Amino acid sequence: MNTLNQMKLSFLSRSANEGFARVAVAAFFAQLDPTVDEIADIKTAVSEAVTNCIVHGYAEKIGVVYIHAKILKDNIISVKIRDQGRGIEDVKQAMEPMFTTCKNGERAGLGFAVMQSFMDSVKVSSKPGKGTTVILKKKIASRENNAQ
Amino acid sequence: MAVRIEQEEHHIIAHLSGEIDHHSAKEMRETIDFSVESALPETLTLDFKDVTFMDSSGIGLVMGRYKLMQSMNGSVQVCNVSDHIRRVMRLAGLDKLAVIEK
Ligand SMILES: Nc1ncnc2c1ncn2[C@@H]1O[C@H](COP(=O)(O)OP(=O)(O)OP(=O)(O)O)[C@@H](O)[C@H]1O
Ligand SMILES: [Mg+2]
Repeated sequence: MNTLNQMKLSFLSRSANEGFARVAVAAFFAQLDPTVDEIADIKTAVSEAVTNCIVHGYAEKIGVVYIHAKILKDNIISVKIRDQGRGIEDVKQAMEPMFTTCKNGERAGLGFAVMQSFMDSVKVSSKPGKGTTVILKKKIASRENNAQ
Repeated sequence: MAVRIEQEEHHIIAHLSGEIDHHSAKEMRETIDFSVESALPETLTLDFKDVTFMDSSGIGLVMGRYKLMQSMNGSVQVCNVSDHIRRVMRLAGLDKLAVIEK
């Protein structure tokens, strides 16, 4: 098995949980001794994905957000963030920088761009009416070889 | 309080603190807009000195204030941004909209 360690988390789509989710994920990866910059990158990308589940996936409803974080071989981390909300019709379009379906001018449409810039890979799969899954991956440089 | 407003003639400084995400941005936005709309300043400075985290909700916050100030022919300055927050802002091209100072 490629998975060396893993944890699962689920919580209600309340905005107060945005901070909890990114801190919990970052704390789980602390065992790899990531740099301060790497921790900030992970927190920011997780925050984007979780916020999207809350703001777009469930919107006015309250649903459950699921996170599955894994430590893989070679210091690679993987975070799956999933909702069972509205889903995305056109994933390619949604991922374009500055694309947003938010109408009040308070969202930049840069969440996916931030995830892509701070992580090594971002995979999105979605079905309208069924929900959205985002998988983030990143290789952690780590100050020393550890966690093996 | 996540925002402390300092008011001078023609100038408002909003000192932001803590984490800026979708959860916290709403209150920050409302506090800043209330003072801008009542004082009608020429410049608005957003001070990020005590901001410990920011995601794209912070970009939305700066962009929204930029639009508000522009509608009154005013301008926005951003100061004291950490390296990480600067990276988020650069992604959005905010360095072209607002003056970002060290
Ligand atoms: N989990 C999701 N469920 C449904 N739609 C989504 C989801 N995530 C993203 N989207 C759609 O993709 C668009 C782009 O998302 P992205 O995070 O890049 O920008 P944003 O959330 O609109 O703005 P920002 O993240 O900058 O505040 C959203 O406006 C929304 O329409
Ligand atoms: Mg977003």
